[in-house]
Amino acid sequence: MINFDYLRVTTPKAAVDAIVTNRNAQWIAGGTNLIDLMKKGVVEPQKLVDITNLPLKEIKKTSNKFSIGAMALNSDVADNELVQKEYPLLSLALKAGASQQLRNMATVGGNMMQRTRCPYFYNIDMPCNKRQPGSGCGALKGFNRMHAIFGASDKCIAVHPSDMCVALVTLDATVVVTGPKGERRIPFQDFHRLPGELPQKDNTLERGELITAVELPDQPFKKNVHYLKIRDRSSYAFALVSVAVAIDMQNGKMNQVRLGMGGVAHKPWRLKEAENFLTGKAPSEPVFREAAKLAMRGAKGYGHNNFKLKLGPNTIVEALIKATATS
Amino acid sequence: MSHQKTHEENHPDKGRRDFIKQSSLLTALALAPPALMKAADPGWEAEAPRLLEQPLNIEINGISRKLSVEPRVTLLDLLREQLALTGTKKGCDHGQCGACTVHVDGKRVLSCLSLAVMQEGKKVTTIEGVGTPDNLHPMQAAFIKHDGFQCGYCTPGQVMSGIACIREGHADSDDDIREYMSGNICRCGAYPNIVKAIAEVKKGGKSL
Ligand SMILES: Cc1cc2nc3c(=O)[nH]c(=O)nc-3n(C[C@H](O)[C@H](O)[C@H](O)COP(=O)(O)OP(=O)(O)OC[C@H]3O[C@@H](n4cnc5c(N)ncnc54)[C@H](O)[C@@H]3O)c2cc1C
Ligand code: FES
Ligand code: FES
Repeated sequence: MINFDYLRVTTPKAAVDAIVTNRNAQWIAGGTNLIDLMKKGVVEPQKLVDITNLPLKEIKKTSNKFSIGAMALNSDVADNELVQKEYPLLSLALKAGASQQLRNMATVGGNMMQRTRCPYFYNIDMPCNKRQPGSGCGALKGFNRMHAIFGASDKCIAVHPSDMCVALVTLDATVVVTGPKGERRIPFQDFHRLPGELPQKDNTLERGELITAVELPDQPFKKNVHYLKIRDRSSYAFALVSVAVAIDMQNGKMNQVRLGMGGVAHKPWRLKEAENFLTGKAPSEPVFREAAKLAMRGAKGYGHNNFKLKLGPNTIVEALIKATATS
Repeated sequence: MSHQKTHEENHPDKGRRDFIKQSSLLTALALAPPALMKAADPGWEAEAPRLLEQPLNIEINGISRKLSVEPRVTLLDLLREQLALTGTKKGCDHGQCGACTVHVDGKRVLSCLSLAVMQEGKKVTTIEGVGTPDNLHPMQAAFIKHDGFQCGYCTPGQVMSGIACIREGHADSDDDIREYMSGNICRCGAYPNIVKAIAEVKKGGKSL
Protein backbone atom coordinates (compact mmCIF):
# COMPACT_ATOMS: atom_id res chain seq x y z
CA MET A 1 0.00 0.00 0.00
CA ILE A 2 1.26 3.45 -0.89
CA ASN A 3 1.80 5.49 2.23
CA PHE A 4 -0.58 8.25 3.21
CA ASP A 5 -1.18 10.80 5.88
CA TYR A 6 -3.57 10.07 8.71
CA LEU A 7 -5.91 12.29 10.67
CA ARG A 8 -8.34 11.43 13.44
CA VAL A 9 -11.45 13.59 13.79
CA THR A 10 -14.10 13.68 16.49
CA THR A 11 -16.78 15.97 15.08
CA PRO A 12 -18.74 15.72 11.81
CA LYS A 13 -17.74 19.30 11.01
CA ALA A 14 -14.03 18.49 11.29
CA ALA A 15 -14.62 15.39 9.16
CA VAL A 16 -16.28 17.46 6.41
CA ASP A 17 -13.66 20.23 6.57
CA ALA A 18 -10.82 17.75 6.25
CA ILE A 19 -12.26 16.38 3.01
CA VAL A 20 -13.34 19.67 1.51
CA THR A 21 -9.90 21.24 1.96
CA ASN A 22 -7.99 18.32 0.43
CA ARG A 23 -9.05 16.79 -2.88
CA ASN A 24 -6.97 13.69 -2.20
CA ALA A 25 -8.31 12.97 1.25
CA GLN A 26 -10.85 10.24 1.94
CA TRP A 27 -12.77 9.11 5.02
CA ILE A 28 -12.08 5.73 6.50
CA ALA A 29 -14.62 3.94 8.71
CA GLY A 30 -14.34 0.17 9.21
CA GLY A 31 -11.81 0.05 6.40
CA THR A 32 -13.08 -3.31 5.18
CA ASN A 33 -13.65 -2.04 1.66
CA LEU A 34 -11.27 0.90 1.48
CA ILE A 35 -8.13 -0.93 2.71
CA ASP A 36 -8.85 -3.77 0.32
CA LEU A 37 -9.13 -1.32 -2.61
CA MET A 38 -6.00 0.53 -1.52
CA LYS A 39 -4.00 -2.69 -1.37
CA LYS A 40 -5.09 -3.40 -4.95
CA GLY A 41 -4.19 0.11 -6.06
CA VAL A 42 -7.77 0.80 -7.14
CA VAL A 43 -7.87 3.94 -5.01
CA GLU A 44 -4.84 5.84 -3.72
CA PRO A 45 -5.87 8.55 -1.27
CA GLN A 46 -3.02 10.71 0.01
CA LYS A 47 -4.73 11.23 3.31
CA LEU A 48 -7.13 9.12 5.35
CA VAL A 49 -9.48 10.84 7.75
CA ASP A 50 -10.51 8.40 10.47
CA ILE A 51 -14.19 8.92 11.28
CA THR A 52 -14.64 5.97 13.64
CA ASN A 53 -14.56 8.26 16.67
CA LEU A 54 -17.47 10.41 15.51
CA PRO A 55 -20.40 10.32 17.94
CA LEU A 56 -22.70 8.72 15.34
CA LYS A 57 -23.19 5.22 16.68
CA GLU A 58 -26.55 5.54 18.34
CA ILE A 59 -29.57 3.42 17.44
CA LYS A 60 -32.68 5.11 18.79
CA LYS A 61 -36.42 5.35 18.48
CA THR A 62 -38.24 8.66 18.73
CA SER A 63 -42.00 9.28 18.49
CA ASN A 64 -42.37 8.71 14.75
CA LYS A 65 -39.07 7.50 13.46
CA PHE A 66 -36.19 5.20 14.04
CA SER A 67 -32.65 6.42 13.57
CA ILE A 68 -29.42 4.48 13.11
CA GLY A 69 -26.12 6.36 13.34
CA ALA A 70 -23.84 6.06 10.31
CA MET A 71 -20.97 4.77 12.43
CA ALA A 72 -23.02 1.98 14.05
CA LEU A 73 -21.39 -1.36 13.35
CA ASN A 74 -23.19 -3.81 11.08
CA SER A 75 -23.09 -6.45 13.85
CA ASP A 76 -24.46 -4.05 16.48
CA VAL A 77 -27.37 -3.10 14.22
CA ALA A 78 -28.10 -6.74 13.34
CA ASP A 79 -28.12 -7.79 17.00
CA ASN A 80 -29.93 -4.72 18.33
CA GLU A 81 -33.14 -5.76 20.10
CA LEU A 82 -35.16 -2.82 18.83
CA VAL A 83 -34.05 -3.46 15.25
CA GLN A 84 -34.94 -7.13 15.58
CA LYS A 85 -38.36 -6.23 16.91
CA GLU A 86 -39.25 -3.26 14.69
CA TYR A 87 -37.31 -3.99 11.49
CA PRO A 88 -36.49 -7.71 11.45
CA LEU A 89 -35.88 -7.57 7.68
CA LEU A 90 -32.90 -5.26 8.23
CA SER A 91 -31.41 -7.61 10.79
CA LEU A 92 -31.82 -10.60 8.44
CA ALA A 93 -30.18 -8.80 5.53
CA LEU A 94 -27.24 -7.66 7.63
CA LYS A 95 -26.63 -11.16 8.95
CA ALA A 96 -26.63 -12.49 5.38
CA GLY A 97 -23.69 -10.23 4.53
CA ALA A 98 -19.96 -10.91 4.89
CA SER A 99 -18.78 -12.66 8.09
CA GLN A 100 -19.09 -11.83 11.79
CA GLN A 101 -15.51 -10.48 11.81
CA LEU A 102 -16.29 -8.12 8.93
CA ARG A 103 -19.66 -7.10 10.41
CA ASN A 104 -17.81 -6.24 13.64
CA MET A 105 -15.77 -3.70 11.65
CA ALA A 106 -18.13 -2.51 8.91
CA THR A 107 -20.27 0.56 9.56
CA VAL A 108 -23.69 1.50 8.19
CA GLY A 109 -22.24 4.45 6.22
CA GLY A 110 -19.36 2.38 4.86
CA ASN A 111 -21.73 -0.39 3.83
CA MET A 112 -23.76 2.06 1.75
CA MET A 113 -20.60 3.48 0.17
CA GLN A 114 -18.91 0.16 -0.61
CA ARG A 115 -17.81 -0.18 -4.22
CA THR A 116 -18.82 -2.87 -6.67
CA ARG A 117 -17.08 -6.27 -6.57
CA CYS A 118 -16.83 -6.40 -10.39
CA PRO A 119 -13.50 -8.13 -11.13
CA TYR A 120 -12.68 -5.56 -13.86
CA PHE A 121 -13.10 -2.76 -11.34
CA TYR A 122 -10.78 -4.57 -8.92
CA ASN A 123 -8.06 -5.35 -11.45
CA ILE A 124 -6.17 -2.21 -12.40
CA ASP A 125 -4.78 -3.88 -15.53
CA MET A 126 -8.28 -4.23 -16.97
CA PRO A 127 -10.51 -1.65 -18.61
CA CYS A 128 -13.25 -0.27 -16.36
CA ASN A 129 -15.24 2.92 -16.86
CA LYS A 130 -16.06 3.06 -13.17
CA ARG A 131 -12.42 3.05 -12.10
CA GLN A 132 -11.01 4.85 -15.11
CA PRO A 133 -13.67 6.71 -17.11
CA GLY A 134 -13.27 6.20 -20.82
CA SER A 135 -11.24 2.98 -20.60
CA GLY A 136 -14.25 0.81 -21.55
CA CYS A 137 -16.27 -1.83 -19.75
CA GLY A 138 -14.42 -5.13 -19.59
CA ALA A 139 -17.44 -6.97 -18.27
CA LEU A 140 -19.84 -6.05 -21.07
CA LYS A 141 -18.46 -8.76 -23.34
CA GLY A 142 -16.24 -10.41 -20.78
CA PHE A 143 -16.71 -12.44 -17.64
CA ASN A 144 -20.04 -11.10 -16.37
CA ARG A 145 -21.57 -13.83 -14.28
CA MET A 146 -22.07 -11.56 -11.23
CA HIS A 147 -23.39 -8.63 -13.25
CA ALA A 148 -26.55 -6.57 -13.66
CA ILE A 149 -29.73 -7.57 -15.45
CA PHE A 150 -31.61 -4.31 -14.73
CA GLY A 151 -30.80 -0.69 -15.52
CA ALA A 152 -27.27 -1.23 -16.88
CA SER A 153 -25.74 0.89 -19.63
CA ASP A 154 -23.17 0.12 -22.31
CA LYS A 155 -20.69 1.96 -20.08
CA CYS A 156 -21.10 -0.29 -17.03
CA ILE A 157 -22.97 -3.43 -16.01
CA ALA A 158 -21.67 -3.66 -12.43
CA VAL A 159 -23.95 -4.32 -9.45
CA HIS A 160 -24.04 -2.79 -5.99
CA PRO A 161 -23.01 -5.63 -3.68
CA SER A 162 -24.69 -4.66 -0.39
CA ASP A 163 -27.29 -6.77 1.37
CA MET A 164 -28.12 -4.16 4.00
CA CYS A 165 -29.01 -1.63 1.30
CA VAL A 166 -31.57 -4.00 -0.23
CA ALA A 167 -33.40 -4.09 3.11
CA LEU A 168 -33.13 -0.32 3.53
CA VAL A 169 -34.55 0.47 0.09
CA THR A 170 -37.34 -2.03 0.70
CA LEU A 171 -38.18 -0.38 4.03
CA ASP A 172 -38.29 3.15 2.52
CA ALA A 173 -35.37 4.44 4.57
CA THR A 174 -34.05 8.00 4.38
CA VAL A 175 -30.36 8.92 4.38
CA VAL A 176 -29.29 11.90 6.47
CA VAL A 177 -26.14 13.64 5.27
CA THR A 178 -24.21 16.70 6.31
CA GLY A 179 -21.85 18.61 4.06
CA PRO A 180 -20.34 21.98 3.25
CA LYS A 181 -23.82 23.30 2.45
CA GLY A 182 -25.45 21.90 5.58
CA GLU A 183 -27.74 18.96 6.22
CA ARG A 184 -30.08 17.25 3.77
CA ARG A 185 -32.20 14.11 3.57
CA ILE A 186 -32.17 11.72 0.62
CA PRO A 187 -34.79 9.00 0.10
CA PHE A 188 -32.88 5.71 0.04
CA GLN A 189 -34.34 4.97 -3.38
CA ASP A 190 -32.52 8.04 -4.77
CA PHE A 191 -29.25 7.54 -2.90
CA HIS A 192 -27.60 5.06 -5.27
CA ARG A 193 -27.82 5.70 -8.99
CA LEU A 194 -27.82 3.82 -12.28
CA PRO A 195 -24.57 3.93 -14.27
CA GLY A 196 -25.81 5.75 -17.38
CA GLU A 197 -22.98 7.80 -18.85
CA LEU A 198 -21.29 8.32 -15.47
CA PRO A 199 -20.52 4.90 -14.00
CA GLN A 200 -17.78 6.42 -11.84
CA LYS A 201 -20.56 7.91 -9.71
CA ASP A 202 -22.11 5.22 -7.50
CA ASN A 203 -24.50 7.56 -5.71
CA THR A 204 -25.90 11.07 -5.51
CA LEU A 205 -23.66 12.35 -2.70
CA GLU A 206 -21.69 15.50 -3.41
CA ARG A 207 -18.01 15.71 -2.52
CA GLY A 208 -17.70 16.42 1.18
CA GLU A 209 -21.11 15.07 2.15
CA LEU A 210 -20.90 12.77 5.14
CA ILE A 211 -23.61 10.23 5.92
CA THR A 212 -24.62 10.80 9.54
CA ALA A 213 -27.63 8.52 9.93
CA VAL A 214 -30.26 6.36 8.29
CA GLU A 215 -33.88 6.87 9.32
CA LEU A 216 -36.73 4.42 9.06
CA PRO A 217 -40.42 5.29 9.17
CA ASP A 218 -42.88 3.46 11.44
CA GLN A 219 -43.97 0.24 9.81
CA PRO A 220 -46.20 -2.77 10.25
CA PHE A 221 -43.66 -5.27 8.82
CA LYS A 222 -42.74 -7.24 11.93
CA LYS A 223 -43.65 -10.79 11.09
CA ASN A 224 -44.04 -11.66 7.42
CA VAL A 225 -40.54 -10.76 6.32
CA HIS A 226 -37.84 -12.72 4.58
CA TYR A 227 -34.41 -12.11 3.08
CA LEU A 228 -33.42 -14.82 0.64
CA LYS A 229 -29.86 -14.67 -0.64
CA ILE A 230 -28.65 -17.03 -3.34
CA ARG A 231 -24.86 -17.37 -3.53
CA ASP A 232 -22.14 -19.75 -4.60
CA ARG A 233 -21.74 -21.13 -1.08
CA SER A 234 -24.20 -21.01 1.78
CA SER A 235 -22.42 -18.22 3.69
CA TYR A 236 -19.62 -15.62 3.33
CA ALA A 237 -20.20 -14.87 -0.35
CA PHE A 238 -21.77 -12.03 -2.28
CA ALA A 239 -25.28 -12.43 -3.67
CA LEU A 240 -25.89 -13.76 -7.14
CA VAL A 241 -29.47 -12.71 -6.53
CA SER A 242 -31.17 -11.73 -3.29
CA VAL A 243 -34.77 -10.85 -2.53
CA ALA A 244 -36.15 -8.88 0.42
CA VAL A 245 -39.83 -9.25 1.28
CA ALA A 246 -41.92 -7.37 3.84
CA ILE A 247 -45.65 -8.00 3.99
CA ASP A 248 -48.40 -6.81 6.30
CA MET A 249 -51.06 -9.54 6.36
CA GLN A 250 -54.65 -8.64 7.27
CA ASN A 251 -57.40 -11.27 7.32
CA GLY A 252 -55.50 -13.61 5.05
CA LYS A 253 -54.75 -10.90 2.46
CA MET A 254 -51.58 -9.01 1.67
CA ASN A 255 -52.51 -5.55 2.90
CA GLN A 256 -49.13 -3.92 2.22
CA VAL A 257 -46.24 -5.40 0.27
CA ARG A 258 -42.61 -4.31 -0.11
CA LEU A 259 -40.20 -6.10 -2.42
CA GLY A 260 -36.54 -5.42 -3.09
CA MET A 261 -33.81 -7.21 -5.00
CA GLY A 262 -30.02 -7.34 -4.74
CA GLY A 263 -27.27 -8.52 -7.06
CA VAL A 264 -29.21 -7.40 -10.12
CA ALA A 265 -28.50 -3.70 -10.65
CA HIS A 266 -26.13 -0.81 -10.04
CA LYS A 267 -28.37 0.11 -7.11
CA PRO A 268 -30.55 -1.83 -4.68
CA TRP A 269 -33.63 -2.58 -6.77
CA ARG A 270 -37.26 -1.98 -5.76
CA LEU A 271 -40.03 -4.02 -7.41
CA LYS A 272 -42.92 -1.56 -7.26
CA GLU A 273 -45.00 -3.08 -10.04
CA ALA A 274 -44.95 -6.48 -8.40
CA GLU A 275 -45.79 -4.88 -5.04
CA ASN A 276 -48.85 -3.19 -6.52
CA PHE A 277 -49.96 -6.39 -8.17
CA LEU A 278 -49.74 -8.36 -4.92
CA THR A 279 -51.42 -5.77 -2.72
CA GLY A 280 -54.89 -6.86 -1.60
CA LYS A 281 -54.50 -10.41 -2.89
CA ALA A 282 -54.40 -13.64 -0.93
CA PRO A 283 -50.98 -15.32 -1.02
CA SER A 284 -50.65 -18.26 -3.40
CA GLU A 285 -47.93 -19.61 -5.63
CA PRO A 286 -49.66 -18.74 -8.94
CA VAL A 287 -50.11 -15.16 -7.71
CA PHE A 288 -46.42 -15.01 -6.71
CA ARG A 289 -45.41 -16.36 -10.16
CA GLU A 290 -47.41 -13.65 -11.83
CA ALA A 291 -45.79 -10.99 -9.64
CA ALA A 292 -42.32 -12.37 -10.40
CA LYS A 293 -43.07 -12.17 -14.12
CA LEU A 294 -43.99 -8.50 -13.72
CA ALA A 295 -40.85 -7.88 -11.67
CA MET A 296 -38.64 -9.31 -14.40
CA ARG A 297 -39.99 -7.07 -17.17
CA GLY A 298 -37.10 -5.28 -18.84
CA ALA A 299 -34.46 -7.67 -17.49
CA LYS A 300 -31.55 -8.33 -19.83
CA GLY A 301 -28.73 -10.87 -19.64
CA TYR A 302 -25.18 -10.30 -20.89
CA GLY A 303 -24.10 -13.89 -21.42
CA HIS A 304 -22.61 -15.45 -18.32
CA ASN A 305 -25.34 -13.91 -16.17
CA ASN A 306 -28.27 -15.14 -18.27
CA PHE A 307 -29.02 -17.62 -15.51
CA LYS A 308 -30.21 -14.70 -13.38
CA LEU A 309 -33.18 -14.29 -15.72
CA LYS A 310 -34.48 -17.59 -14.38
CA LEU A 311 -32.95 -17.49 -10.91
CA GLY A 312 -34.44 -14.02 -10.33
CA PRO A 313 -38.14 -14.91 -10.60
CA ASN A 314 -37.60 -18.23 -8.81
CA THR A 315 -35.97 -16.42 -5.90
CA ILE A 316 -38.84 -13.91 -5.76
CA VAL A 317 -41.42 -16.71 -5.59
CA GLU A 318 -39.46 -18.66 -2.97
CA ALA A 319 -38.95 -15.57 -0.80
CA LEU A 320 -42.67 -14.73 -0.98
CA ILE A 321 -43.59 -18.29 -0.01
CA LYS A 322 -41.20 -18.16 2.96
CA ALA A 323 -42.42 -14.73 4.09
CA THR A 324 -46.09 -15.69 3.99
CA ALA A 325 -45.64 -19.15 5.50
CA THR A 326 -45.60 -17.65 9.01
CA SER A 327 -49.02 -15.96 8.72
CA MET B 1 1.87 -2.72 34.24
CA SER B 2 2.91 -0.55 31.39
CA HIS B 3 6.39 -0.50 30.12
CA GLN B 4 7.67 1.88 27.58
CA LYS B 5 9.18 0.29 24.55
CA THR B 6 9.70 1.87 21.24
CA HIS B 7 12.12 1.32 18.49
CA GLU B 8 13.95 -1.78 19.68
CA GLU B 9 10.76 -3.54 20.44
CA ASN B 10 9.47 -2.74 17.00
CA HIS B 11 12.30 -4.81 15.58
CA PRO B 12 12.96 -7.97 17.52
CA ASP B 13 14.45 -9.60 14.44
CA LYS B 14 17.17 -7.00 14.29
CA GLY B 15 19.97 -9.41 13.42
CA ARG B 16 18.41 -10.48 10.18
CA ARG B 17 17.50 -6.95 9.28
CA ASP B 18 21.01 -5.71 9.98
CA PHE B 19 22.35 -8.26 7.54
CA ILE B 20 19.91 -7.26 4.86
CA LYS B 21 20.64 -3.64 5.53
CA GLN B 22 24.39 -4.04 5.28
CA SER B 23 24.18 -5.98 2.09
CA SER B 24 21.87 -3.46 0.53
CA LEU B 25 23.48 -0.35 1.95
CA LEU B 26 25.51 0.33 -1.16
CA THR B 27 22.50 0.03 -3.41
CA ALA B 28 20.55 2.20 -1.04
CA LEU B 29 23.20 4.90 -1.13
CA ALA B 30 23.40 4.77 -4.89
CA LEU B 31 19.66 5.26 -5.14
CA ALA B 32 19.18 7.70 -2.30
CA PRO B 33 17.91 11.14 -3.20
CA PRO B 34 20.16 14.00 -1.99
CA ALA B 35 17.93 14.84 0.95
CA LEU B 36 18.50 11.41 2.41
CA MET B 37 22.25 11.34 1.82
CA LYS B 38 22.66 13.67 4.74
CA ALA B 39 21.37 10.97 7.02
CA ALA B 40 24.07 8.60 5.84
CA ASP B 41 26.69 9.98 8.21
CA PRO B 42 27.58 8.27 11.50
CA GLY B 43 24.62 8.15 13.80
CA TRP B 44 22.32 7.37 10.96
CA GLU B 45 20.07 4.61 12.09
CA ALA B 46 20.94 2.65 8.94
CA GLU B 47 17.33 2.17 8.15
CA ALA B 48 14.91 3.25 5.45
CA PRO B 49 13.15 6.36 6.67
CA ARG B 50 9.68 5.55 7.85
CA LEU B 51 7.54 8.28 6.45
CA LEU B 52 4.80 10.00 8.39
CA GLU B 53 5.09 7.79 11.43
CA GLN B 54 2.41 8.16 14.05
CA PRO B 55 2.60 7.35 17.74
CA LEU B 56 0.45 4.42 18.80
CA ASN B 57 -0.55 3.43 22.31
CA ILE B 58 -1.94 -0.04 22.28
CA GLU B 59 -2.36 -2.96 24.68
CA ILE B 60 -1.44 -6.31 23.22
CA ASN B 61 -2.08 -9.48 25.22
CA GLY B 62 -2.20 -7.48 28.44
CA ILE B 63 0.99 -5.49 27.82
CA SER B 64 0.74 -1.75 27.14
CA ARG B 65 3.02 -0.59 24.40
CA LYS B 66 4.07 2.75 23.05
CA LEU B 67 4.88 2.25 19.41
CA SER B 68 5.44 4.26 16.30
CA VAL B 69 3.90 3.14 13.01
CA GLU B 70 3.40 4.29 9.46
CA PRO B 71 -0.30 4.79 8.77
CA ARG B 72 -0.24 2.14 6.04
CA VAL B 73 0.83 -0.64 8.42
CA THR B 74 -2.01 -3.05 9.07
CA LEU B 75 -2.58 -4.47 12.52
CA LEU B 76 -1.59 -7.85 11.06
CA ASP B 77 1.76 -6.57 9.81
CA LEU B 78 2.41 -4.74 13.06
CA LEU B 79 1.90 -7.96 14.99
CA ARG B 80 3.90 -10.19 12.68
CA GLU B 81 6.61 -7.95 11.27
CA GLN B 82 7.27 -5.48 14.03
CA LEU B 83 6.38 -7.38 17.20
CA ALA B 84 7.25 -10.93 16.07
CA LEU B 85 3.85 -12.20 17.18
CA THR B 86 3.64 -14.60 14.27
CA GLY B 87 0.85 -16.75 15.68
CA THR B 88 -1.65 -14.61 13.78
CA LYS B 89 -1.51 -15.76 10.17
CA LYS B 90 -1.69 -13.96 6.86
CA GLY B 91 -3.78 -16.02 4.48
CA CYS B 92 -5.28 -13.77 1.81
CA ASP B 93 -4.55 -10.27 3.19
CA HIS B 94 -7.92 -9.18 1.72
CA GLY B 95 -10.57 -10.13 4.28
CA GLN B 96 -11.50 -13.35 2.53
CA CYS B 97 -10.16 -16.13 4.76
CA GLY B 98 -10.20 -15.26 8.48
CA ALA B 99 -6.66 -16.53 9.20
CA CYS B 100 -5.77 -13.12 10.65
CA THR B 101 -8.66 -13.02 13.17
CA VAL B 102 -7.80 -11.33 16.49
CA HIS B 103 -9.90 -9.73 19.22
CA VAL B 104 -9.98 -5.95 19.55
CA ASP B 105 -11.72 -4.72 22.69
CA GLY B 106 -13.27 -8.17 22.97
CA LYS B 107 -14.67 -8.33 19.43
CA ARG B 108 -13.29 -10.55 16.68
CA VAL B 109 -12.02 -8.61 13.70
CA LEU B 110 -9.76 -9.13 10.70
CA SER B 111 -6.33 -7.69 11.39
CA CYS B 112 -5.42 -7.62 7.67
CA LEU B 113 -8.07 -4.98 6.97
CA SER B 114 -7.42 -2.98 10.16
CA LEU B 115 -4.92 -0.15 10.20
CA ALA B 116 -2.66 -0.36 13.25
CA VAL B 117 -2.82 3.40 13.75
CA MET B 118 -6.61 3.19 14.10
CA GLN B 119 -6.26 0.91 17.14
CA GLU B 120 -5.13 3.75 19.40
CA GLY B 121 -6.05 3.02 23.01
CA LYS B 122 -7.47 -0.40 22.18
CA LYS B 123 -6.86 -3.82 23.71
CA VAL B 124 -5.79 -6.51 21.27
CA THR B 125 -5.72 -10.23 22.02
CA THR B 126 -3.92 -12.62 19.70
CA ILE B 127 -3.52 -16.39 19.83
CA GLU B 128 -0.37 -15.82 21.91
CA GLY B 129 -2.60 -14.22 24.52
CA VAL B 130 -5.12 -17.00 25.02
CA GLY B 131 -3.02 -19.98 26.10
CA THR B 132 0.46 -21.45 26.30
CA PRO B 133 1.72 -24.93 25.38
CA ASP B 134 1.64 -25.94 29.08
CA ASN B 135 -1.58 -24.16 29.82
CA LEU B 136 -3.84 -24.50 26.81
CA HIS B 137 -7.03 -22.54 26.45
CA PRO B 138 -10.05 -24.91 26.53
CA MET B 139 -10.66 -24.11 22.85
CA GLN B 140 -7.09 -25.07 21.93
CA ALA B 141 -7.41 -28.28 23.92
CA ALA B 142 -10.70 -29.09 22.19
CA PHE B 143 -9.16 -28.52 18.74
CA ILE B 144 -6.43 -31.02 19.60
CA LYS B 145 -8.88 -33.53 21.06
CA HIS B 146 -11.21 -33.37 18.04
CA ASP B 147 -8.48 -33.16 15.41
CA GLY B 148 -9.75 -29.74 14.34
CA PHE B 149 -6.89 -29.12 11.92
CA GLN B 150 -4.45 -30.67 9.48
CA CYS B 151 -1.81 -28.19 8.31
CA GLY B 152 -2.75 -25.80 11.11
CA TYR B 153 -2.44 -22.60 9.10
CA CYS B 154 -6.02 -21.48 9.67
CA THR B 155 -6.06 -22.70 13.28
CA PRO B 156 -5.08 -19.55 15.21
CA GLY B 157 -7.84 -17.68 13.38
CA GLN B 158 -10.30 -20.54 13.95
CA VAL B 159 -9.52 -20.62 17.68
CA MET B 160 -9.89 -16.84 18.07
CA SER B 161 -13.13 -16.95 16.11
CA GLY B 162 -14.41 -20.00 18.00
CA ILE B 163 -13.89 -18.32 21.37
CA ALA B 164 -15.70 -15.19 20.15
CA CYS B 165 -18.49 -17.27 18.64
CA ILE B 166 -19.29 -18.75 22.06
CA ARG B 167 -18.95 -15.42 23.87
CA GLU B 168 -21.34 -13.78 21.39
CA GLY B 169 -23.93 -16.49 22.02
CA HIS B 170 -23.72 -17.78 18.46
CA ALA B 171 -22.87 -21.40 19.22
CA ASP B 172 -26.25 -22.80 20.25
CA SER B 173 -26.46 -25.41 17.50
CA ASP B 174 -24.16 -26.94 14.91
CA ASP B 175 -25.91 -24.89 12.22
CA ASP B 176 -25.39 -21.74 14.23
CA ILE B 177 -21.70 -22.57 14.66
CA ARG B 178 -21.31 -23.26 10.94
CA GLU B 179 -22.93 -19.95 10.00
CA TYR B 180 -20.99 -17.87 12.51
CA MET B 181 -17.68 -19.61 11.73
CA SER B 182 -18.16 -19.11 7.98
CA GLY B 183 -15.65 -16.26 8.00
CA ASN B 184 -12.86 -18.73 8.72
CA ILE B 185 -11.87 -20.78 5.70
CA CYS B 186 -9.98 -24.05 6.20
CA ARG B 187 -8.17 -25.19 3.07
CA CYS B 188 -7.71 -28.62 4.61
CA GLY B 189 -11.44 -28.98 5.20
CA ALA B 190 -11.31 -29.72 8.91
CA TYR B 191 -14.75 -28.16 9.30
CA PRO B 192 -16.68 -31.07 10.87
CA ASN B 193 -14.06 -31.43 13.60
CA ILE B 194 -13.86 -27.69 14.17
CA VAL B 195 -17.63 -27.65 14.73
CA LYS B 196 -17.28 -30.57 17.19
CA ALA B 197 -14.55 -28.77 19.11
CA ILE B 198 -16.54 -25.57 19.45
CA ALA B 199 -19.76 -27.41 20.35
CA GLU B 200 -17.92 -29.29 23.09
CA VAL B 201 -16.42 -26.15 24.62
CA LYS B 202 -19.83 -24.53 24.48
CA LYS B 203 -21.41 -27.56 26.21
CA GLY B 204 -18.69 -27.47 28.86
CA GLY B 205 -20.34 -24.21 29.92
CA LYS B 206 -17.14 -22.54 31.17
CA SER B 207 -17.08 -18.80 30.76
CA LEU B 208 -14.36 -18.02 28.25
C1 LIG C 1 -14.53 -10.86 2.02
C2 LIG C 1 -15.67 -9.87 2.10
C3 LIG C 1 -16.97 -10.31 1.97
C4 LIG C 1 -18.02 -9.42 2.02
N1 LIG C 1 -19.28 -9.89 1.87
C5 LIG C 1 -20.32 -9.01 1.88
C6 LIG C 1 -21.65 -9.45 1.68
O1 LIG C 1 -21.91 -10.65 1.50
N2 LIG C 1 -22.65 -8.54 1.69
C7 LIG C 1 -22.41 -7.22 1.89
O2 LIG C 1 -23.34 -6.44 1.91
N3 LIG C 1 -21.15 -6.76 2.07
C8 LIG C 1 -20.11 -7.63 2.07
N4 LIG C 1 -18.84 -7.16 2.23
C9 LIG C 1 -18.60 -5.72 2.20
C10 LIG C 1 -18.72 -5.05 3.53
O3 LIG C 1 -20.06 -5.06 3.95
C11 LIG C 1 -18.22 -3.62 3.32
O4 LIG C 1 -16.84 -3.69 3.06
C12 LIG C 1 -18.47 -2.75 4.53
O5 LIG C 1 -19.84 -2.63 4.78
C13 LIG C 1 -17.85 -1.38 4.34
O6 LIG C 1 -17.99 -0.64 5.54
P1 LIG C 1 -16.72 0.02 6.25
O7 LIG C 1 -17.22 0.78 7.41
O8 LIG C 1 -15.67 -0.99 6.49
O9 LIG C 1 -16.29 1.03 5.09
P2 LIG C 1 -14.85 1.58 4.68
O10 LIG C 1 -14.09 0.55 3.97
O11 LIG C 1 -14.21 2.26 5.84
O12 LIG C 1 -15.30 2.73 3.68
C14 LIG C 1 -15.88 2.45 2.43
C15 LIG C 1 -16.15 3.77 1.72
O13 LIG C 1 -17.18 4.49 2.37
C16 LIG C 1 -16.80 5.82 2.66
N5 LIG C 1 -17.49 6.15 3.90
C17 LIG C 1 -17.45 5.46 5.07
N6 LIG C 1 -18.27 6.01 5.98
C18 LIG C 1 -18.86 7.06 5.37
C19 LIG C 1 -19.82 8.05 5.80
N7 LIG C 1 -20.35 8.03 7.04
N8 LIG C 1 -20.20 9.01 4.92
C20 LIG C 1 -19.69 9.03 3.65
N9 LIG C 1 -18.77 8.15 3.20
C21 LIG C 1 -18.36 7.18 4.05
C22 LIG C 1 -15.30 5.76 2.76
O14 LIG C 1 -14.72 7.01 2.44
C23 LIG C 1 -14.96 4.72 1.71
O15 LIG C 1 -14.88 5.30 0.45
C24 LIG C 1 -17.75 -8.05 2.23
C25 LIG C 1 -16.45 -7.59 2.39
C26 LIG C 1 -15.41 -8.48 2.32
C27 LIG C 1 -14.01 -7.98 2.48
S1 FES D 1 -5.54 -12.70 6.00
FE1 FES D 1 -7.13 -11.49 6.80
S2 FES D 1 -8.87 -12.48 6.10
FE2 FES D 1 -7.31 -13.56 5.06
S1 FES E 1 -5.95 -26.90 8.92
FE1 FES E 1 -5.05 -26.47 7.01
S2 FES E 1 -6.16 -24.73 6.44
FE2 FES E 1 -7.26 -25.39 8.14
